Amino acid sequence: MGKLTGKKAIVTGASRGIGLAIATKLASEGADVAILSTSVKEELAAKLSAELGVQVKSYACNVADSQTVQDVFKQIIADMGTVDILVNNAGITRDGLLMRMKDEDFDAVIATNLRSVFLCTRAVARTMMGKRTGRIVNISSINALRGQAGQANYAAAKAGIIGMTRSNAREFASRGITVNAIAPGFIGTDMTAAMDDATKEKYAAQIPLGRIGKPEDVANAVAFLASDDACYITGQILGVDGGLNA
Amino acid sequence: MTQEEIFQKITDVIVAKLEVKAEDVKMESEFGNDLGADSLDRVELVMALEDAFEVEILDTDAEKFLKVSDVVAFLEEKKK
Repeated sequence: MGKLTGKKAIVTGASRGIGLAIATKLASEGADVAILSTSVKEELAAKLSAELGVQVKSYACNVADSQTVQDVFKQIIADMGTVDILVNNAGITRDGLLMRMKDEDFDAVIATNLRSVFLCTRAVARTMMGKRTGRIVNISSINALRGQAGQANYAAAKAGIIGMTRSNAREFASRGITVNAIAPGFIGTDMTAAMDDATKEKYAAQIPLGRIGKPEDVANAVAFLASDDACYITGQILGVDGGLNA
Repeated sequence: MTQEEIFQKITDVIVAKLEVKAEDVKMESEFGNDLGADSLDRVELVMALEDAFEVEILDTDAEKFLKVSDVVAFLEEKKK
């Protein structure tokens, strides 16, 4: 029996990369999972359901849009009956050196990576408050802590997540809801594949554990923070980075 | 709705949200001192009242809810 058996989870940005690994891990631990992405992924949901023996359902959701989030989350909570776990993972990059960064590129990253965390958290808060228990795990980034040239927008959004995580942890603590963040280091995904080779090599050479991270490394940490084992942990920022930020 | 009906409905919401007994909810009961509501409870209560009475309650109105009678008076006005 998995450590999340019977739990109902929502994972944003779940169609690929770290989000997909998180959804897969939570499902493999016995949770029913709503996977959110920009378009509906019926086949993926059906495959995960069949392989892992839990309910996995796909929903299209623009997590930066307030009304959409309200409507979709209402539907998900009605479909699943409740929500125990929210993983705010959705994120995009629009890298560029600051002097050349367009307003739209700054705003889009803040909206999708930071505003979404506010909107999705608000959309589950009432249900979790009523239950007097809940787990919220936000995916930040090592670049929120260290900065990264060319990522003023991304690093600002991910650092904003850390402030929100700590505030929400304090706000929700009396209701048994924990809020934590994970700061992944250099993880091999489609998103990091877009980085240039020089940056990738520079990173890899600096990682004390000697390898680039896997999405599953992040997913394992999420599953722990989402479980009952982590009931006394809140407001924390957990680095999953092979020691990169040690 | 009569004042009595409104009071009964509010009492039901308070009992469900604040885990107090119905007989302890009186018109003069204060949310903080008598009913043990903290700031989160108050927000939850206001949202539950909005659902139960199908009205919108602005934060500026909710701030003025000190006693149960304040809510009854507010909703009487709203449901006229």
